[in-house]
Amino acid sequence: MSIVSVQPRRKSRRDWTPALLLSPAFLVLIFVVLVPLLFSLYTSFTNYRLIRPDSLYEWIGLRNYQRIFTDSKFWAAFGRTIIFLTLALNLEFIFGLGIALLINKITWGQRTLRTIMMFPMMFSPILVGYQFKFIFNDNIGLLNNALQSLGIGDGAIAWLVDKPLGMFTIIFAEVWMSTSVFAILLLAGLFAMPRDPLEAAKVDGCNSWQVFRHITLPFLMPFAFIAMTIRSLDVARAYDIVDVMTGGGPANRTELLWTMIARVGYDNSRMGQANAMAYVSILLSIAFTYYFFTKLIAARKYMGGAE
Amino acid sequence: MAEILLKDVVKNYGKLEVVHGINLFIEHNEFVVLVGPSGCGKSTTLRMIAGLEDITGGEISIGGTVVNDFAPRKRDISMVFQNYALYPHMSVRENLGFGLKIAKQPKDVIEERVNEAAVILNIEDLMDRTPAELSGGQRQRVAMGRAIVRHPQVFLFDEPLSNLDAKLRVQMRTEIKRLHQKVKTTIVYVTHDQVEAMTMADRIVVMKDGHIEQVGSPLEVFERPVDTFVASFIGSPPMNLIPGEVVMRDGRLHVAFNADQSVPVPASLADKTTEGQKVIFGFRADDLMPDGHAVPIMGEASGLRLTVDIAEPLGTETLLFCQFAGVDIQAKMYNPRMVKPGEVMDFKCALDKTHLFDAASGKSLRG
Repeated sequence: MSIVSVQPRRKSRRDWTPALLLSPAFLVLIFVVLVPLLFSLYTSFTNYRLIRPDSLYEWIGLRNYQRIFTDSKFWAAFGRTIIFLTLALNLEFIFGLGIALLINKITWGQRTLRTIMMFPMMFSPILVGYQFKFIFNDNIGLLNNALQSLGIGDGAIAWLVDKPLGMFTIIFAEVWMSTSVFAILLLAGLFAMPRDPLEAAKVDGCNSWQVFRHITLPFLMPFAFIAMTIRSLDVARAYDIVDVMTGGGPANRTELLWTMIARVGYDNSRMGQANAMAYVSILLSIAFTYYFFTKLIAARKYMGGAE
Repeated sequence: MAEILLKDVVKNYGKLEVVHGINLFIEHNEFVVLVGPSGCGKSTTLRMIAGLEDITGGEISIGGTVVNDFAPRKRDISMVFQNYALYPHMSVRENLGFGLKIAKQPKDVIEERVNEAAVILNIEDLMDRTPAELSGGQRQRVAMGRAIVRHPQVFLFDEPLSNLDAKLRVQMRTEIKRLHQKVKTTIVYVTHDQVEAMTMADRIVVMKDGHIEQVGSPLEVFERPVDTFVASFIGSPPMNLIPGEVVMRDGRLHVAFNADQSVPVPASLADKTTEGQKVIFGFRADDLMPDGHAVPIMGEASGLRLTVDIAEPLGTETLLFCQFAGVDIQAKMYNPRMVKPGEVMDFKCALDKTHLFDAASGKSLRG
């Protein structure tokens, strides 16, 4: 009798315990992530302007989205962001791979070099932006000065102003700062790499390049995709370096999605429209991340049979 | 023709010399097993033949060509590794065909050879799996398949069975031997397991500390070991070795182990030794059998009375552990019965099969 009466009570208590224990985490997520997300989604359907708080209730349906989708400047920034992402990630991958392979070769001072390699990551992006703004400045910049002193170029090259060069300088700064993310992850991959398949490939008739191409590189790809996933999120939200170096200008030549969103939202105080853009930008980020993540899963499926 | 010649081959790691000038000739289509304890330089020697290690001194030639400075891919060899070393991101089919693909063979040739290897090794059902989805034995088979598809001049095996469980090891042993009979090729096989060496080899090369101790057919090495190391390394259980001194007793040379224990020197060895020489007397467990449980002994036999410490029944025979002259020795009992510890038994030793080694050098006096 006692068993019969006790069991249901214990069972019901047990049902509530996990929910209770998880509730703080859920509450935090709801207030920190979900509510702001829904709120900003809502505002993207309104005419919300920061200077007119009552405009928060002016429901205008899809007009914000209509406007940005028909705006050629938005699409230009969108395209520029994709180009920026693609170039920066690929360059960082190539340089990171090169650095990792070189450091993997040396037997002395490996740890020291690994630490030195991380220095660029220790600076704030704002400071990196200022540093490169100074280096690339057309009048007082280090680079032009050096070029002229060496007699390579005589005129002042407008690095930050010129159309292709502007983007180039920003990508250069981004690559300088973050190549080590790739280098560190790929180096970890190289350290973890089993030696036997490399030797098997040599015996199987591969020269060094073929060993790299057919064995080392496929083994490293999961590590590269981890780096790409992390970095694609990072680069897609690029704002600080760009804002410091060029401010998205001149004449929108270096405008990326987030510099545009910040201008529309805070300078022009059209928060509703900015939020609509932000949603498109987030979808772009998700698309990139999802792409690299599926690549990562696919590459990892084959790992773990080497030993 | 793919004979392999090693001439004064030396290998240094920094200042440490690990292989000290070895000489070895391996004939075309011969199955040679390099055997020795770990650290004896057998794997290093194999890897030098493969080209995965530089040769510090001497010369290695394959098929009459000196290959010292050839990269592995130029040596026309293939190798099976201890850890299989399959390419994890490729299917079994791609693993098998990889070498041919690199060699730019046409697609139909690759397919034909891969299928042929799959049939030989019985892995046709596994062709589309990745190495991660295979068991140890299957991986080993794929690794062997990858070696045979290229029809190389020489196969190199680096302890290929040591990661497998005991049962599978015995099975693969037979398969490798059968493979050698099917695809006639020169094989160099490295192992630390003397049973593998005995069962598979045409010729065994026993190595120790970077030197070759003895080269010979399995039976030669088993029956006429050149020194105490080979005697104790080859054969299971290891040869019984008892230190003693040659003395004259009852008008005949004896090996005396102490004041009252001695055995006569076999007639075949009588003129190879002299009175007063310090020797090590060696005999295999098979040649020391209790009365009534022995196989017929050819030639002279000597009687011993011993107390059995431990008996290990193995079914067809029982191993008896006894003390003799302060040394643990083992004897074999055929048609066994249960033996109680502490039982005293009369043994017969087949004298003609015993060995004498010089105590100082360890070299066999049979010469």
